[in-house]
Amino acid sequence: MKPQIEARNYGLIAEFASPEELLIAAETARREGFTHLDAYTPFPVEGLAQVLEFRRNRIPLVVLLGGLAGGIGGYFMLWYATNVDYPINVGGRPFHSWPMYLPITFELIILGAAFAAVLGMLGLNGLPRPHHPVFAVPGFERATRDRFFLCVMATDPLFESGRVVTMLETLRPIRTTVVPA
Amino acid sequence: MASSTAPSAESSEPVLAPGHTYATVTDKISAIVLRKKTGRRWWVGFLLAFFLVNVLFVSLAYLLSAGVGIWGVRTPVMWGFAIVNFVWWIGIGHAGTLISAILLLLKQQWRTSINRFAEAMTLFAVSCAGLFPLIHMGRWWLFYWLFPYPNTMDMWPQWRSPLVWDAFAVSTYATVSLLFWYVGLIPDVATLRDRARNRFAQIGYGILAMGWRGSARHWARYQTAYLLLAALATPLVVSVHTIVSWDFALAIMPGWHSTIFPPYFVAGAIYSGFAMVLTLALPLRKAYSLEDFITERHVDNMAKVLLATGLIVTYGYVMEAFFAWYGDNPYERFMLLQERPFGDYSHTYWMLIASNCTVVQILWLPAARRNVWLVWCISIVVNVGMWLERYVIIVTSLHKDYLPSSWDVYHGTFWDYATFYGSIGLFATLLFIFVRFLPVISMAEMRELVHHADEATEANPSQPAIQEGAEP
Repeated sequence: MKPQIEARNYGLIAEFASPEELLIAAETARREGFTHLDAYTPFPVEGLAQVLEFRRNRIPLVVLLGGLAGGIGGYFMLWYATNVDYPINVGGRPFHSWPMYLPITFELIILGAAFAAVLGMLGLNGLPRPHHPVFAVPGFERATRDRFFLCVMATDPLFESGRVVTMLETLRPIRTTVVPA
Repeated sequence: MASSTAPSAESSEPVLAPGHTYATVTDKISAIVLRKKTGRRWWVGFLLAFFLVNVLFVSLAYLLSAGVGIWGVRTPVMWGFAIVNFVWWIGIGHAGTLISAILLLLKQQWRTSINRFAEAMTLFAVSCAGLFPLIHMGRWWLFYWLFPYPNTMDMWPQWRSPLVWDAFAVSTYATVSLLFWYVGLIPDVATLRDRARNRFAQIGYGILAMGWRGSARHWARYQTAYLLLAALATPLVVSVHTIVSWDFALAIMPGWHSTIFPPYFVAGAIYSGFAMVLTLALPLRKAYSLEDFITERHVDNMAKVLLATGLIVTYGYVMEAFFAWYGDNPYERFMLLQERPFGDYSHTYWMLIASNCTVVQILWLPAARRNVWLVWCISIVVNVGMWLERYVIIVTSLHKDYLPSSWDVYHGTFWDYATFYGSIGLFATLLFIFVRFLPVISMAEMRELVHHADEATEANPSQPAIQEGAEP
């Protein structure tokens, strides 16, 4: 079986039965010089993202910014309300009674950071995205059950059908499939 | 039994029954939603719960037309059942996030089979909790006055009031719990999407899954986001009941004005939350044959948490009385040393002590922690006890205030009880719907657990960490 790969295809995908085999496959592909790779697994496989050289995980930064926005915005709202917009003198207590601002500021830090975490995760992952080429791969529904997939994308500078097929076949996958674009 | 080897023997017990693979855990859990027929017991339970929801609707409709006078609240007890129920429900809502977030950060693998379900319970309990302060306001259609919004009166909420903090705390908690729960669900609804056979289910779960395909990059961001959400939820869960306790502690009522309130309320919340998790998880485990996933070790661990938090709560009661005795404030002394134990509500008080402090001591015995029926019964007793605790705190302090001419005895009316039982119906209905349509155990995390178990068995075949008995 030698699938015909054309430039307009999304890539070539190999299916494995275990995370260990997938990890070896991903390492091999990296050693061969492929860079446009992705893997699909039913649970997070430790070390896989590192093998695929995924480093730009900006989630912590996004969460920090969300928390700061919530906290600064919240504190500003409280300060503005009690000092500028509607100051009330209650028994000579200071207008800027900051200890009283802390509970709400705290809650808004958490709220801002939590929204940033969820929306940031979805946004950076490009979700929601109802359709994706890999969904057309026969048997891909098992990527959310018990199968592990490695995809070499057609955009890879080294992508050349014969070479990719040979490499993937040496890794003894369950099967190799062309992913139409 | 008390030998020094006992703890190590216990820790090697399985949190997942041996012999499971990625496929079997996925199939078994998703089958509850996708393959099994809706059983008769589900229908009976659901309809019973739904009947109570209708009781709630009738109560609310009558409340809307007649006003809060249909309840037992009147001077001096203006915080009756509504606030008791609010604090009770919000307390129950603490276990979910605690199990999910704190135990995740502490790398407690046994949390995996109960967290999804406990998070759902949290959401539904917080929904019930949120209902009560709203309807207690009288004109509940003006609830948005609690929040800062541009208005023609040019008014702001009272930022120095714990009640306003509470509105922020509870709504933040509800929102973050929902986000946390949903993020946890995304990979699982993707599994359901891929395993569903009927078109309607495929589209429905497909929309919820938002195109999740398990990409390694997605998982990397997902894991970071999930871990950070857990780290954010942990202080949040502590803050919520702390702020609820300030609703009381910042007032000058005898019996409320105490520095022990925040920690003691948080411990009480965890206590009642774990009790409710047990109350619900044990029948669920039986009904859907989930003994492989919710093992005896889970029951044992949850019973231990119940015992530990029960002891903290007991310590809280003792300290309250001690402060009153030591503090030389005549009003505190009267309330805590005379009115609570020997006054108009003494029977409620002693019932509370019996249910919260006494019964739970049975769990010191390892054999008792393994007896599912016994643990279930104790969890019910604790649920009742924690409701009584809030009743005692709120009603006894209010019914004899500083002005003896206004002293009165408070009792709930028919509509108080109808609203309360109705809220239990709402909670149960939501749970029945959840169990029917979403996976009660996180499949992605169970697959991870299988993976860890395999790794451990391979690395050290003589000492399997999780899959006890899996070696040849």
